[in-house]
Amino acid sequence: MKKIRVIKDKCTGCGLCVKACPFNSISIVDGLAVISEDCKLCGVCVSECPYGAIEMLKEKKKADLSGYKGVLIFGECKDGIVSPVVYELIGKGKELAKETGEELYCVILGKGVTEKAEDLISYGVDKVFVYDDECLKKFRDDPYSNILIDFLKKIKPSIFLIGGTAIGRSIAPRISSSLKTGLTADCTGLEINKKDKNLLQTRPAFGGNIMATIICSNNRPQMATVRYKIMKPAEKIPGYKGEVVNMKFDKEKIRDRVEVKKMEKIEGDLNIIEAEIIVSGGNGLSSDKGFKLINELAKSLGGVVGASRVAVDKGWISYPHQVGLSGKTVRPRIYIACGISGSAQHLAGMGRSDFIVAINNDPSAPIFGTADIGLVGDLYEIIPELIKNIKNNTFIKK
Amino acid sequence: MDKLKIIVCVKQVPAQTDVKMDQEKGTLIREGILSEANPFDMYAIEEAVRLKEKYGGEVDIISMGPPQAGDALREAIAMGCDNAILLTDKKFAGADTLATAYTLASGIRKIGDYDIIMCGLKTTDGDTGQVGPSLAEELGIPFIGYIRKIIDLKEKSISLERVLDDYYEIVESKLPVVVTVTKEANEPRYPSFKRQKIAKEAPISTWNLKDLGGKKERYGTEGSPTEVIKIFPPPARGKGEIIEGKPEDQAKILIEKLKEKKIV
Repeated sequence: MKKIRVIKDKCTGCGLCVKACPFNSISIVDGLAVISEDCKLCGVCVSECPYGAIEMLKEKKKADLSGYKGVLIFGECKDGIVSPVVYELIGKGKELAKETGEELYCVILGKGVTEKAEDLISYGVDKVFVYDDECLKKFRDDPYSNILIDFLKKIKPSIFLIGGTAIGRSIAPRISSSLKTGLTADCTGLEINKKDKNLLQTRPAFGGNIMATIICSNNRPQMATVRYKIMKPAEKIPGYKGEVVNMKFDKEKIRDRVEVKKMEKIEGDLNIIEAEIIVSGGNGLSSDKGFKLINELAKSLGGVVGASRVAVDKGWISYPHQVGLSGKTVRPRIYIACGISGSAQHLAGMGRSDFIVAINNDPSAPIFGTADIGLVGDLYEIIPELIKNIKNNTFIKK
Repeated sequence: MDKLKIIVCVKQVPAQTDVKMDQEKGTLIREGILSEANPFDMYAIEEAVRLKEKYGGEVDIISMGPPQAGDALREAIAMGCDNAILLTDKKFAGADTLATAYTLASGIRKIGDYDIIMCGLKTTDGDTGQVGPSLAEELGIPFIGYIRKIIDLKEKSISLERVLDDYYEIVESKLPVVVTVTKEANEPRYPSFKRQKIAKEAPISTWNLKDLGGKKERYGTEGSPTEVIKIFPPPARGKGEIIEGKPEDQAKILIEKLKEKKIV
């Protein structure tokens, strides 16, 4: 555990630490630096102080973590189908397991999911633990959380990775709270520290403006939710040998205080997270009519429609289309941003697309700093030309 | 239900989300940054106030933070919340989501009886979305995330509509419950001048570690298993090609690129 303090005899009240503090947590009071409660203990001020007047104290009380072994993946299933994010977690988990010299595990819950277990093994999983039961057919907060809590207490993995889906984000904090261990949200980078074998968990914060690397050194398992569409999915390893373990649970123990009355798939081309091609519209469209054009371009490319927050807030298009920090994170092969200036929040949601095209009449728009190719001009002139060209090309191909 | 009691959790965050990093120094540029209530919390506050308007009762607002975080609570009072509680103590500093949830849970237990706890989906600074579900676990009550509509409230249960990525669900949960509210749920109101005036003078109860009690080792840094060891600017994406000129030429160049990518 860390603590921070100002050594009053050394502090000159120069204020360099105030400027250096990324979190606005230091002020000068009566000529001395005072660190407030919201200090994140990042330590930036310690290195910044020329007088060595700020020190970080570490109390060492190392817990015995030797009983925790293995990298565990939450194999989220929906309607008996393994979610695509699971293969990304397996890919990353395999890498981590190699580094720590441990096995890779996967746990799946659902109805009729036993048959999926063999398939998961072929991606390099050493052990797949299966909870196959009628009452787990649909995701339910209480039973899923409770089963996983009991399971983790039993198998004690050193690392537990969960996909950053609505389900994953709902249950992961409940599990980590129950086990009183650390949980890092929405990681975009995971690696093993060669020195102490701790998991280095990297994630964006402050709307994607800074990256933070986080460790959980004194508690196990080290838990992280992982952003979807960031890690490379695992590939099949022919002939890989693993084990399927059928798990039992005490049904009496699974309290469920929530009843699902109805569950329906949201219809339409709304699954922009999975889309390979996304054409997005923003403020530059000037009105909801612009989305007719965006839709036409998306259709001609076989893609779907996205939007910036401004376009959604103005009511031109519905919220499920929104890309960005307060919307969805996407990673398509092609992302075409039309009339989107490119705020940090929007970039946080699409900046990892394979190929980014920007169409905007303002050459100084920040989106051009992120785009692989930028067309400066009126989107109402450029997009119809594009549609025309695409149609011609398709015609030639036929 | 005798009297509906809702508690909304709020966090004070830097107002400007466009904080940038000084690439050389590796620190945040925070000129002109003000503080405000977390924008995501506005939807939780609005939903709570609407429920109060429909069913009666009262809405408490609770926050953990430094003494100046009281400003965020005043915003909530201006929107229609009744009582404000600020949890503040030097020992709460450096809390991660686990310690934050424990602290809020301690404050909520001290408030006593409640029916619904509402949280924003996440905060604009930490951006984790973990405190809501963690809080439910600490309190030992159900959690329902991603609410877009409250359908009905009964004596001992609530029915809600929520979105799980590409699914939507109608669920009925026993009370008390913790929920997180999405921006689809409502449009937060702009407080009236009268309410703003009330908010300005409203008392804010301040509770410290001694007031909360509980396990000392679960607060602040000591109660936080995670630790930030490094912050750095995100990797910059290489600057791309900028094409100006006639729309038909621009379109042709782009189509060529898309052909290379086997898109057309």
